[in-house]
Amino acid sequence: MFIEVQKLSKIYKEYFAVNKINFKIEKNKTLGLLGPNGCGKTTTIGMLLGLITPTEGEIIIDGKNLSQFKRNEILSRVNFASPYVELPKKLTVKQNLEIYGRMYGVENLEKRIREISQDLDIQNFFNRKTGELSSGQKNRVSLAKSLINKPEILLLDEPTASLDPDIGDFIRGYIQEYKSKNQITILLASHNMNEVERLCDSVIMMRSGKIVDEGTCEELIKKHGRSNLEETFLKIVRSKDEF
Amino acid sequence: MSFNRIYALGLRHLYLIMNSFPRVLDLIYWPTVQIFLWGFISKFFTINSNYYSDTVGVILTAAILYDFLFRASISFNMMFLEEIWSRNFTNLFIAPIKVSEIITSLTITAILRTLIGLVPAVLIAIPLFGVSVLSLGLPLLFLLVALYLFGVSLGLLVTSGLLRFGPSFENIAWASLFFLAPLGCIYYPIEILPSSLQIVAKGLPLVHIFEEMRNILVVGEVVYQNIFKSIIISIIYFLIGILIFYTSYFGAKKRGTLMNMGE
Repeated sequence: MFIEVQKLSKIYKEYFAVNKINFKIEKNKTLGLLGPNGCGKTTTIGMLLGLITPTEGEIIIDGKNLSQFKRNEILSRVNFASPYVELPKKLTVKQNLEIYGRMYGVENLEKRIREISQDLDIQNFFNRKTGELSSGQKNRVSLAKSLINKPEILLLDEPTASLDPDIGDFIRGYIQEYKSKNQITILLASHNMNEVERLCDSVIMMRSGKIVDEGTCEELIKKHGRSNLEETFLKIVRSKDEF
Repeated sequence: MSFNRIYALGLRHLYLIMNSFPRVLDLIYWPTVQIFLWGFISKFFTINSNYYSDTVGVILTAAILYDFLFRASISFNMMFLEEIWSRNFTNLFIAPIKVSEIITSLTITAILRTLIGLVPAVLIAIPLFGVSVLSLGLPLLFLLVALYLFGVSLGLLVTSGLLRFGPSFENIAWASLFFLAPLGCIYYPIEILPSSLQIVAKGLPLVHIFEEMRNILVVGEVVYQNIFKSIIISIIYFLIGILIFYTSYFGAKKRGTLMNMGE
């Protein structure tokens, strides 16, 4: 297993944001993290990124406990994108990519920026300030930043939230294509069930900090007797049972 | 420590300044206004006060040094606040940059912001009021080191508060220096303070810095013992600032406030 989470919990005072969850992600696979708002998805991502200290439990990456890694050693292999986290607005797209490329110690940075800009079609607004861009453009720039260091692990929190269907489809298509050409393990938190069905090899369903079900999309749809993942999601989150 | 990562964060703030001419103007504007204001007050005292008649420039020099301290501290705070305002906080803290590298980068970059603001004001003071801080000679360098270290220490304390309490702590960032100013004895000798406050004031490097500045300008003597005392006190505050910053950082990780800071 490339990523293994064991009995991971985060308790704020007496509130369990995440409650003893276990999951595994094989190398080069994509795991979908589903659940209603406030179910603990972002907290889980925060703990994987080392931004939040778990109350208990372990995160093992590539056979080594996360707490045993030096901070810069693990973070140079990981990256993250979310529409809720932005890049400095007053800096141009090129300046932002240059800065983060340097922070991640990217070799041949100019070449890498050129490559990724062409792939994500962001050259046209390369010299514009990031704050002046549309949501779709910002999301592509944010994705470019998250791939600047060719991460082995990519954490995505609702990467296509608030995008129009065309741009959303472009982003999903790009992630799919990137994954097919590169060695990358992805954890994707999303409310877009079509996106999850398209990108994820398997999913876990969270509710109130707990994992209530897991499997491939097909397995879950079949298990719950529904016709698609959206209906399955609704059944699971509205139920009080664990499956 | 990685020079490349320290440079990258510094470059982020350098680009921020370079991309915006109004931002450069803002950096220069306030110190210049301060110099004009204190320059005229100083000129008035020189003409109308026996105490100041032989000490032209004491108040203005004090104003310039105090502004140096103020700019150093605010620059440090501002660079941290910029990350919160631009919602870039999470990106910064998931990058493989160490906390020590963040502190180093902000400490170095803060001096650049400080100098952009203060150098034009210092130069204006020479022809306009006939006052040059350079007249303090070599001790000026040591006084600036002490002031800078103390300014950054205050910046570290305020940013620790931002990590601990979130963006709501922003107002404290602006008020922090005004709170200490009365005890710093910037424009008056320490004897003016009540004896109980004199004890507290001596625990700050400001008293030693500004007392020595007046000593050099009024008496014409340099007591290096006082200058080094101020540097040592500043270093102690700087180390305490670093310790509190780390404590706040690990506390923020426990409370989960590093995620989505600024929202």
